[in-house]
Amino acid sequence: MLYENVASFAATYGLVYFIILFAVVVAYALWPGNKSKFDQAARLPLKED
Amino acid sequence: MIRHAIIEKNSILLLVLILIVVSIGGIVQIAPLFYLESTIEKVEGMRPYTPLELAGRNVYVREGCYNCHSQMIRSLRDEVERYGPYSLAAESMYDHPFQWGSKRTGPDLARVGGRYSDEWHVEHMKNPRALVPESIMPGYPFLAETPLKAARIAGDLLANRAVGVPYTDEMIAAASQDLIAQADPEADGAEDVQARYPKSQVRDFDRNPAMVSELDALIAYLQMLGTLVDYDVYKPEENLR
Amino acid sequence: MTESNDHRGNGAMRYPVGAALAGGALLCIFIMARTADPVMIVHGFLFLAFCAGGIYFLVRRTHALAPEGAADATYNDAVTRTGVIISMFWGIAGFLAGLAIALQLSFPALNFDLPWTNFGRLRPLHTSAVIFAFGGNVLITTSFHVVQRTCRTRLAGVIAPWFVLWGYNLFIVVAASGYLLGVTQSKEYAEPEWYADLWLTLVWVTYLLVFLATVWRRREPHIYVANWFYLAFIVTVAMLHIVNNLAVPVSWTETKSYSLFAGVQDALTQWWYGHNAVGFFLTAGFLGIMYYFVPKQAQRPVYSYRLSIIHFWSLIFLYIWAGPHHLHYTALPQWSQTLGMTFSIMLWMPSWGGMINGLMTLSGAWDKLRTDPVLRMLVASVAFYGMSTFEGPVMAIRAVNSLSHYTDWTIGHVHSGALGWVAFVSFGALYALTPILWKRQRLYSLHLVSVHFWIASIGIVLYITAMWVSGILQGLMWRAYDSMGFLEYSFVETVAAMHPFYVIRAGGGALFVVGALIMAYNLWRTVRGDLRNEALPTVRPNPAMAPAE
Repeated sequence: MLYENVASFAATYGLVYFIILFAVVVAYALWPGNKSKFDQAARLPLKED
Repeated sequence: MIRHAIIEKNSILLLVLILIVVSIGGIVQIAPLFYLESTIEKVEGMRPYTPLELAGRNVYVREGCYNCHSQMIRSLRDEVERYGPYSLAAESMYDHPFQWGSKRTGPDLARVGGRYSDEWHVEHMKNPRALVPESIMPGYPFLAETPLKAARIAGDLLANRAVGVPYTDEMIAAASQDLIAQADPEADGAEDVQARYPKSQVRDFDRNPAMVSELDALIAYLQMLGTLVDYDVYKPEENLR
Repeated sequence: MTESNDHRGNGAMRYPVGAALAGGALLCIFIMARTADPVMIVHGFLFLAFCAGGIYFLVRRTHALAPEGAADATYNDAVTRTGVIISMFWGIAGFLAGLAIALQLSFPALNFDLPWTNFGRLRPLHTSAVIFAFGGNVLITTSFHVVQRTCRTRLAGVIAPWFVLWGYNLFIVVAASGYLLGVTQSKEYAEPEWYADLWLTLVWVTYLLVFLATVWRRREPHIYVANWFYLAFIVTVAMLHIVNNLAVPVSWTETKSYSLFAGVQDALTQWWYGHNAVGFFLTAGFLGIMYYFVPKQAQRPVYSYRLSIIHFWSLIFLYIWAGPHHLHYTALPQWSQTLGMTFSIMLWMPSWGGMINGLMTLSGAWDKLRTDPVLRMLVASVAFYGMSTFEGPVMAIRAVNSLSHYTDWTIGHVHSGALGWVAFVSFGALYALTPILWKRQRLYSLHLVSVHFWIASIGIVLYITAMWVSGILQGLMWRAYDSMGFLEYSFVETVAAMHPFYVIRAGGGALFVVGALIMAYNLWRTVRGDLRNEALPTVRPNPAMAPAE
């Protein structure tokens, strides 16, 4: 295994992969349709008996 | 769009995603170390530990010496001047587990071999402050009084072979004999030890001919640390890859 | 409840578990009969006692006529009550061990030159006692509490939760006694030998199953984010533990083993483990505590649930890469060091995202900090979390690390996280849990909580400032050159220069121990049902509500 091959893979596909992964997580967290569910979930610790 | 509910409501999916996410970093970082040249290069001079050195290393591990002493000279000017040439990956290739350490409450020991006399080590282990008044190292007087358990050392060599250390059948068969011979120059087989393990030092390390003690083993280990690779011959740039 | 007989008897598992315990006892006797290793015999007795205790427990519960207690009909609070007591015990034991070794570094005569009292054997005892015994029991206890409350269901299993708690503590006792008797793998924070590791694996898988099964039977549509953090902690620690402890024992009857990896591969595997023990044991797990107990104690939902999701995924993704920053300038290839450094710096962002999320949960309710010392402790812990997660990335930069590595700066950094973040958030959670679990109106004394808070805070400040000074001083002395171009100081001169700071550090540690003793007294009186007669701080009338003049 050559170091150069690993490095060039990391600098291209690796970078793209990370950016996509991050975008997916952010989109998922900020998606307007999810808002009400998140608000419900956030109140879980407070509603127990 | 990934539906929020799918992940949030399905704990198994959550578990699988967590496992995938946390596996990537480890695989990408650790796996190449088993293939890249700089981490698996063979350097001339490296050999498995003699049975006595291995037993000494086990005392070193047992007493937790790694908590205060590193065995890894970094490639920094002051460290190379203080401790000697920086450590190579190959120098710990037979260390199961490694003893690089993480803290220098005491000095680095990667090249301590030959720096001090055996007599110095014997006194220093008994009472460090007798020789170095400012030292905060614990005393280990019990090592000189404890006989080394030698009979079962072949099992240790076998376990090391199982994890990849190239001990030969001959080395394993002669293990306990070699262990005693290395600490007793009068015993039969002292030359055999040096033939089997090049550069090994044969002498009564703790200056007590009455028994092979744990201190014998520990000093044998300390006195060989960093002595195997000949730095007049080794050219690091030839191994750059 | 879904299963009516859930809270009494032993359920269907009593026969297989009883058989397993009997089989385990036989295995212990068999190994003890064959071994030549005295420590194996000691540990054989410990396991044997566990099996016998387990069988006694099963028999007693099978013949118990009454259910375990009507009060526990909904939630399994018996196991968490036991967990609170065990956590407090190990906390004090671990802090005392830390104080002992701090004093040894100040006054080496305290090593007593005996095998089982020297620093090298006691230091792993301290680290394991605080991280795994105190921290681990707090995590098990709080996760069992939080998963029940946020899923609104009883903890799954009848014997299993008890097995997790006592089995985990058997692991602790085996590990700790092993260190004192000289049994160690010498891999930091993974010192226990192969048989203890196998046992922990069994306990941990049961823990995962109990947690998951509780989530599966939840009566809420959502899995609250605290449970995500707990789940990531459990799963990742399992992975790290198994890989880092791969080893070949010398024989089945001996304690000694040799790790599968050697040298540079072993070093990276160890620090991949070691750093993520920090990341997933001491961070992700305790963030689970933060995400439940801070909103609960403040009586407000978390500042931003969306931020908590981004916090979660980016934290677990980035943390796992950061290990190589422990190996800067070593024989580890430079690309790997750079990768570790880069991810460590990026890690600053999710860490601070989480800190902001925790702190801002109080927005609009900052006055509660004045009236509720438990909340003050929780909030201070989040602030310390922010501080040490800023310091960490700085120390991961290769140039800074060349100075800080191998010095007390690392020790100071670890303790700002361990005392400030982990211990404070644990204290806050235990203070919050005790009145709930024992159904008391409030803690025995809020005033004593406040005293504990201030004593412990002063202790932390003394500790970390002493270590900053000694660490940076020693790092600079090691690399100092005189005008002739020679190294200026011998090694032992740098050791002598550390002495005053080691004494200050021990003083800080002593204050921290005193604080924990006050806490234990307070919790004990709370459990007894006592209420100290004290003027409780009241909420000052909101000036905005006052009539205009």
